[in-house]
Amino acid sequence: MAPPTLWSRYKLRLRRRRLLWRGFRSRHKLTPVQNHTRQIAPTDILLFATVRNEALRLPYFLQHYRALGVRHFLIIDNGSDDGTVALLTDAPDVSVWRTDASYKSARFGMDWLTWLMMRYGHGHWTVTVDADELLIYPDHETRPLPDLTKWLDAREQRMMGAMMLDLYPKGPPDDQAYRPGQNPCEVLQWFDAHGYWVQRQAKMGNLWLQGGVRARCFFAKNPARAPTLNKIPLVKWNRRYVFVNSTHNALPSGLNRTYDETGRSKVSGVLLHTKFLPGSAERARQEQMRKEHFSNSALYDEYYDAVAEDPDMWSPDATRFTGWQQLLDLRLMSRGDW
Amino acid sequence: MSVGVVMLVHTAFGRAEQVVRHWSAAGCPVVIHVDKSVSRKAFSAFTQSLADVPNVSFSKRYRCEWGTWGIVAATQTASEQILSSFPDVRHVYLASGSCLPLRPVQELIDYLADRPKTDFIESATTADVPWTVGGLDAERFTLRFPFSWKRQRFLFDRYVALQRRLRVNRQVPGGLVPHMGSQWWCLTRQTLSAILQDPARTEYDHYFRRVWIPDESYFQTLVRQYAINIESRSLTLSKFDFQGKPHIFYDDHLQLLRRSDCFVARKIWPHAHRLYDAFLTDPSGAMKKTEPNPGKIDRIFAKAVERRTRGRAGLYMQSRFPREDWENGVTAAPYSMFQGFAELFENFEPWLAKATGARVHGHLFAPEQAYFADNQTAMNGALSNSATLRDYNPHGFLTNLIWNTRGERQCFQFGPRDNQVINWRVAKDPNAQISVISGAWAVPLFRSNANFMDLRKAAAQLQKTESEHLDVLRSTWVKARVRIWTMAEFIEAPMEPLQTILDEIGPNTARRLSEVPRMVDLNGFGQFLQNLKNQGMHPYLMGDFPVEQADAGIDRDRPRKPYLVR
Repeated sequence: MAPPTLWSRYKLRLRRRRLLWRGFRSRHKLTPVQNHTRQIAPTDILLFATVRNEALRLPYFLQHYRALGVRHFLIIDNGSDDGTVALLTDAPDVSVWRTDASYKSARFGMDWLTWLMMRYGHGHWTVTVDADELLIYPDHETRPLPDLTKWLDAREQRMMGAMMLDLYPKGPPDDQAYRPGQNPCEVLQWFDAHGYWVQRQAKMGNLWLQGGVRARCFFAKNPARAPTLNKIPLVKWNRRYVFVNSTHNALPSGLNRTYDETGRSKVSGVLLHTKFLPGSAERARQEQMRKEHFSNSALYDEYYDAVAEDPDMWSPDATRFTGWQQLLDLRLMSRGDW
Repeated sequence: MSVGVVMLVHTAFGRAEQVVRHWSAAGCPVVIHVDKSVSRKAFSAFTQSLADVPNVSFSKRYRCEWGTWGIVAATQTASEQILSSFPDVRHVYLASGSCLPLRPVQELIDYLADRPKTDFIESATTADVPWTVGGLDAERFTLRFPFSWKRQRFLFDRYVALQRRLRVNRQVPGGLVPHMGSQWWCLTRQTLSAILQDPARTEYDHYFRRVWIPDESYFQTLVRQYAINIESRSLTLSKFDFQGKPHIFYDDHLQLLRRSDCFVARKIWPHAHRLYDAFLTDPSGAMKKTEPNPGKIDRIFAKAVERRTRGRAGLYMQSRFPREDWENGVTAAPYSMFQGFAELFENFEPWLAKATGARVHGHLFAPEQAYFADNQTAMNGALSNSATLRDYNPHGFLTNLIWNTRGERQCFQFGPRDNQVINWRVAKDPNAQISVISGAWAVPLFRSNANFMDLRKAAAQLQKTESEHLDVLRSTWVKARVRIWTMAEFIEAPMEPLQTILDEIGPNTARRLSEVPRMVDLNGFGQFLQNLKNQGMHPYLMGDFPVEQADAGIDRDRPRKPYLVR
């Protein structure tokens, strides 16, 4: 792999600055609903997310991350109409902004997040996730996030990567029963243990990890379009940082080195993806209509159609999810030195 | 009151207080050194909190930065204080605020009382130990280190480089032999006071002030001058990880620490409530009264460090993606690639599976689909047989397959019709065993029922592809075990090559071959090749075939018998 040239590095710098500027401009689009950010202490771990109609998932989401040691949630609500805002404003450790602007033209919410992170995230360890992603890592039950971040600090490592792991039920999602606040893993008990493939993208040095159940069920004919699974959810934020494509890659490009290149391995986590809770079919229909989710939405029509049909993704090769130890044994995440 | 504790504290005062009370409750006097960079407010709160504890005092404060003299100075002063204020103390135990006694203190007191003349301090000469991380071992003692490694890294590195260039070589005073070891020791009054009251102490102190990380060498070196009986090991269990950072113990290490039988462990994570609750409240005798046994922990940690430094060969995932040629092993396990065998033998795959017990796949890289063994549509979970998925990332397909099936030998067929993208990767993989019968791709053409002109075109294409693959296999970069026969060569004596291949595959095949696979009927093959030549397409990879085989005319009608070997 040839080292990046001075010119290509300069282009990335320009790109980062342009994205920062976009983020800065987008601050006008956000209306504060509840701002408790004065409570934030200098060493607090913060969580940033953009949500839309997530009343189903949020109760457990908040519970999970509070238990992990997140001290404050900074949430952008993008036009929910299912009581999401009320649910969020009930909590004392949540600050909420509202916007009805286009999700797509805000780089799928990243511009808004860039602004909030620039404003509130500087110097903090930050978790940036979607409402359907639950972060876990080796020993997360006994060693909450402050332990991990302190350990990362001591090693001068400023981020940790995680892989999105699609969980799915046995049978069509809409046939399942899930009540808010319940652990989604009780309903979504299955996942694909194998069938992931990884490559490196030279431009920003990030990995490109794909595969899993969605590749198997919806993208078998066109694997290049299968969803990207690698993310960088945990970063010691600096106001000059910016996420580029969702949280799959970031600039400066050193943030993308979540993996080891010399034959060892770094510590990493898994984002349990709870997309396939009941209601995922209806959601796919709405998203397809709104055309807010992919830069070239038309190419994903087949995918939406398939999800909208409420398919049974289970196969005899599926593996039952039992916990982080299992993911470690399957090498879907690794411990490194941690 | 035979054991006194010197405790160096700079953070997590709540935990330090807990541990001080624990020591004190067992009758051990404690002298505490608090880092000077701790704010006055925090310091006075800490002293207040311990006001009611008997036999606890605070020593003069020094600024303790990692790797600098301050830590030694602090230790010296606190040690002097404990020796002079508590004349009964026979052993002084050096601990930190993040040390946690694992066994009841009384057991430690008894243990030391049985060994009144023994100094427990890890002390080894630099030449003999590979501990140092970062390349500075003997140079710690021969160069000067006035700059902080943590805050002034640039100056630190530049100054080291400058001294190397100037060939600076400091002399160790008074014929001392530099020794190094764990910072955490337990010394007898005799030894410790001898070190502290040495007439040459100013000279030694002056020298060690500019040594790098003197807290790991000052006492470790000087103790060799005076000690009567050195046990070169630390009573404090501490572990270092691959980067030389102290390993931190968390709640989930509870059982591991219990089994270690060590007296004290560090570093304990301040929020490890379970550890503190468990060990500070253990009734006496909760652990066996045995020699400390850090061996068990050592083994577990050695394994972890090895995993970390060597990694898992053949694993590609989100936190491990070695650059090409940096991987220690392209794939996870040995496997075999056969080219031309399935074409030449009718029942090669079942025969090979029977003879070796390995999993024998068909053409994994065939253009239509991946032919897994037993016509499975997916392997070990969701590795699908779809050609689209496979060709999207053929390297990943192969490394995943080998990784997922660790423990079972994988064999697969290959040929010039198949996706050739993996050729270099396989050729450079020491785990690969590649056996090629060159030119055997012509056999299916020969037996097919296609128009001759189409056959000619296909043959030209296949010959070109295979020839390129053979160039790869013959290059100097190859690390796989490669064997190439021309088809003519092979059918002269098929037994020997097969036996060699099987012997290499595994112990299952130690016995001699009793049965060989059935070769296809090659009558007329020579003529077929000649026809190709007549059309201007010269097939050369199969070697020299006579137009009519020697035995061809004799028994053309009788079916060939499988030949048996005794």
